[in-house]
Amino acid sequence: MLRVRGLTATYGEARVLQDVSLDVESGQVVTLVGRNGAGKTTLLRCLMGLHRSMEGTIELDDRDITRLSPHQRCRAGLGYVPDDRGIYASLNVEENLTLPPTVGPDAWSLEQVYEAFPVLADRRRQAGTHLSGGEQQMLSIARVLRMGSRLLLCDEPTEGLSPLLVQQIGDILRNVKAHGVTVLLIEQNVHFASTVADRHHLIAQGRLVESLDNAEVKEREHELLEYLGI
Amino acid sequence: MDGLLQQIFNGLVSGSFYALLALGLSVIFGMLGVVNFAHGAFYMLGAFGAFILLDSFGLSWWLALFVVPAVLGIVGMVLERTLVHRLVALDPLYNFLLTFGIALILQDLMRLRYGVQSQPFSRPELLDGSLNLGLFSYPKYQVFVLLFSIVISGLVWLVLTRTRVGMVVRAATERADLSQALGINVGRWVTPVFGFGIALAGLAGVLAAPMRAVNSSMGGDLIIVIFAVVVIGGLGSVFGSVTAGYVVGMLTAVGNFYLPALSQSLVFILMALVLLLRPAGLFGREEGVHA
Repeated sequence: MLRVRGLTATYGEARVLQDVSLDVESGQVVTLVGRNGAGKTTLLRCLMGLHRSMEGTIELDDRDITRLSPHQRCRAGLGYVPDDRGIYASLNVEENLTLPPTVGPDAWSLEQVYEAFPVLADRRRQAGTHLSGGEQQMLSIARVLRMGSRLLLCDEPTEGLSPLLVQQIGDILRNVKAHGVTVLLIEQNVHFASTVADRHHLIAQGRLVESLDNAEVKEREHELLEYLGI
Repeated sequence: MDGLLQQIFNGLVSGSFYALLALGLSVIFGMLGVVNFAHGAFYMLGAFGAFILLDSFGLSWWLALFVVPAVLGIVGMVLERTLVHRLVALDPLYNFLLTFGIALILQDLMRLRYGVQSQPFSRPELLDGSLNLGLFSYPKYQVFVLLFSIVISGLVWLVLTRTRVGMVVRAATERADLSQALGINVGRWVTPVFGFGIALAGLAGVLAAPMRAVNSSMGGDLIIVIFAVVVIGGLGSVFGSVTAGYVVGMLTAVGNFYLPALSQSLVFILMALVLLLRPAGLFGREEGVHA
């Protein structure tokens, strides 16, 4: 579904990604694992078209989207859940949900969203940023589901959340996957990652160093944790 | 006491101009990330527009109230398409050079044609004379300006908060990049928003023509205060800019009453205080900084 070839990204003089090639199969949940500063967020920003100084090609369903602007990529089916959750303070909860266009046939209706996330229904008229961190995360994921995006790019949705909320996010991601949506997920929590994902890509210093399946992750969990410095 | 009340009223009328100008400046800054130093020049052009329509074509001020903002709005859109949109990829210094340069060119063009002295402009007949407000009587025209600016600000607020277009503009003003990633073609809205901001400046100019001195430097004198108003209200906050406009107008007028020596600097003292206590402005949000 997603094919990335030879992606190199720079910030001024510094190279943050170096020759990254990566495939995500349709219907899979794939994680990007790596230390802070390894280049994971930049990789998602490149895919979304938000980081412009890059080389390489990005294909979505055999269509080259490398030259498309972010809003065109969104309409092509990419759903972005940014690391800061990207909730608008000047929009209420419902406006945050309905701001983006629907881009796919499987777009959730508002009713479906509210049924799955009752807390958002209760707070639909409140400013988006009045929600708690966990609720904002729900809102951010609910937003891309309502769009009907086919490939979600989630930048560490569990960061800073309590174990209970992490579990909830896990349920949501498994539910999303069951609906046939593909997910590319940044995740530091290796254990959590192995409970939701099919494949894992290890990123270090801007390079993709290893690709592992769940069995390998479980086997090498301690080594990976040490490696991540957690 | 009557004197003070009258000062407050004067302040609100000045605040009407601040609000209209700050509103446009704020929307433009939020959406384009461009600080438009030429905003005052378009205010000046608005006043001259009304003057030229009346003086050369015999067209009434009432007509100018609609025609001039519309024409300047179109000029603004052309300017955005040809020059301003190039700023996005450049160092902010170019923003200053371009918009300040435009301001100087416009100012000098008017000076070339009309000199430095102020052009006479009388109030429209319908709004001549005074209105008895109970405690004191007040010029009808000033009352009209105050009400008109409140209505315009209110309409803008309604559009921003109650319509789909308004929602998109709010989102793009708060975080243009993210809105792009969420499928909003922000670029499509940038030109009309810039034109709209310029049209508001022009409207303020038309309103100013019958009560302020119409000359080439009228915008330059005002724009510094407007920047302070926008900072006080919170960069990129539409509601903040409008509210700060009226508040600053009122406070400077009251200050003028009690501390005439400080009247010029009061607004900047207020700005410094706000920056110390609430760096994002009275109604600004930290999130707004992304824009």
